[in-house]
Amino acid sequence: MSVAFHRRIHEALLDERLQQAVYAATGRLMEKRRSSVTPELVPDYQQLRTHAHQIKKHTLENLDAYLEQLAAKVEERGGRVVWCRDGGQVHEFFRALAREKQIRLAVKSKSMTAEEIDLNEALQRSGVEPVETDLGEFIIQLAGERPYHLVAPAMHKTRQQVADLFTQKLGVEREEEIGKLTLIARAVLRRKFLEAGLGISGANFLIADSGAVVVVENEGNARLATSAPRIHVAVAGIEKVIPRAADLAVFLNLLGRSATGQPLTSYTSFLSGPRRAGELDGPEEFYLVLLDNGRSRILADREKRQTLYCIRCGACLNICPVYRRIGGYSYPGVYAGPIGAILTPQFLGLAHEPELPFASSLCGACAEVCPVKIDIPKLLLDLRSEVKKAEARGGAQQSGSRPRLEKIGFQIWAWLMGRPRLFEMAGAAARLLLPESGRGWLRFLPGPLKAWTEWRDFPAPPPQSFRQLWRARTSRRPGD
Amino acid sequence: MPAREHLLHKIRTALGRSAGQPVPAAPAALLDLPPMDPGERLSRMLERFPGQTFRAAGPAEARDHVAGLIGARRAVASPAPLLEQLGILALPGVQAVSGEPAQVREACAAAEVGITTADYGLADTGALVALAAGTESRLASLLPPVHIAVLPADRILTGLGELFTILPDPGALSSSMVLIGGPSRTADIEQILTLGVHGPRELHLVCLVDQK
Repeated sequence: MSVAFHRRIHEALLDERLQQAVYAATGRLMEKRRSSVTPELVPDYQQLRTHAHQIKKHTLENLDAYLEQLAAKVEERGGRVVWCRDGGQVHEFFRALAREKQIRLAVKSKSMTAEEIDLNEALQRSGVEPVETDLGEFIIQLAGERPYHLVAPAMHKTRQQVADLFTQKLGVEREEEIGKLTLIARAVLRRKFLEAGLGISGANFLIADSGAVVVVENEGNARLATSAPRIHVAVAGIEKVIPRAADLAVFLNLLGRSATGQPLTSYTSFLSGPRRAGELDGPEEFYLVLLDNGRSRILADREKRQTLYCIRCGACLNICPVYRRIGGYSYPGVYAGPIGAILTPQFLGLAHEPELPFASSLCGACAEVCPVKIDIPKLLLDLRSEVKKAEARGGAQQSGSRPRLEKIGFQIWAWLMGRPRLFEMAGAAARLLLPESGRGWLRFLPGPLKAWTEWRDFPAPPPQSFRQLWRARTSRRPGD
Repeated sequence: MPAREHLLHKIRTALGRSAGQPVPAAPAALLDLPPMDPGERLSRMLERFPGQTFRAAGPAEARDHVAGLIGARRAVASPAPLLEQLGILALPGVQAVSGEPAQVREACAAAEVGITTADYGLADTGALVALAAGTESRLASLLPPVHIAVLPADRILTGLGELFTILPDPGALSSSMVLIGGPSRTADIEQILTLGVHGPRELHLVCLVDQK
């Protein structure tokens, strides 16, 4: 495990306040999701998930054709499409746009894709002040941090911390009441919305046959960013496209419920092109930035392609026993949680953080809640296998004797598992040797097993083995 | 355009497809179309609308109710024919927005109440559907802290399934269609729900029931 990954995890584990905040917040989101997808409320929930999976599968299998259809329609409706291989090309587009249109201030609504390519930093370098307008994003921008969670970016901040930030960075009088903090943000950001020459949004969906960008939100900041400034630029990964508007009937239903337990969020904007002649308001210019940034590479792998089905609802983060403990900042890259654990290694390469696919208990909860049925545990296993194969091939970047020791350990285990008698004797020996057998937890294990008990306890062997219990039971009730 | 061709080429190579290769039919869209009579549509809409509702039996009732909601506040309204017919545009304190986008924006930003029509209502969620037009402003339903929407009862659909059956391509009609499923809200600080963060904190629905 890389030192940095290790250190971030342990910092998170030792921060008691953070542990409580993240555990409580994810727990609430998890409960909201659960209570909004009950069989009474959504009898065909499983069918919706399967359908969404099929639509995503179909669209990605024919992605080139759908992107061509999308682009043609966007242009027919007066917008312009900007094709970008990577973040650098997006930065270059904005630099040229800012210079040509004399843009100084840009209002942004939440976009993980923009985070992925460090768009804010690039805008600043081009002389444009980027202002995040989603309240959570605004808070973390003031703090100079990254989003902690896909849908609740400032989940880890308390109202006192937000109050401190607002006092320091905005020069306002200290307020700790959440309603008043929100009003301060409203007033500050309202001015920005009205002054900005450019509005930047992400996209939850791109509709191929309408040339439309669909943005889902609750605050109204995305509506403002896409309606008030003279220019609107939507930045979207190429995987966001779906064939028809009608497909939204399924996707919106799943997204709202999975993210926040809402059957429909406060605002869903369906935007196609700039303001039309005669319309009262709306942007004069519209650009759609289509970003690859490693997505076409993921597309090439038939199995792992499903990583791109993700609709960024955050349900897998909320339910993940690992995310709920180690939090959003332990993960390398901008995408945290189970989806991050499969997405980041594919974006950045496995060598970047080879331990990431191993930071999971493979409990399968993520796959159970995923609204588009991405088989995350399966993909984690595939990635683990790739890491191990790479180690076996070169092994240079993995330090020391650990892989060899691990290999010997598993060989002994396999040998023992193939010999039931010996296995039972080993179990009996463990019970004799370990002092706290029969109850509780072992706090320390010797030798290489120390790695386990360094950060967690190991369940002590029970007084009787499963085989002993089984024999006792079957001999007592021979008829059963 | 080289960037476009480069990207499409990469995608085709990844998928093993060639340029112009036909696309197999997409899985049929899954549209829920429950049968529902007009009475039930109306009652569900009123029950599920995420704000205050009023059932207006005629133009005078609708106008008087809106006048009461506005009170002494400054209001902007979309210059919609329906609002004109109901006499809402002529109410004291109401300014019908017009002119260039910058003027519309300023008027909406200065107002305390925004009045618009809704193109449709969705009975299953109580949401409103609003398409931008020459007679409907995007910002009138967004910038003022209070939004009043007028909806004819015969425009109530069962849900998204019926909406996309009627409008398979909303982009053909307008550059912007917004589904309004509640007031502007956030829970970004300690997950405490707060209304009116950027848009309206208060939503009112005036449902105009035809009395034929």
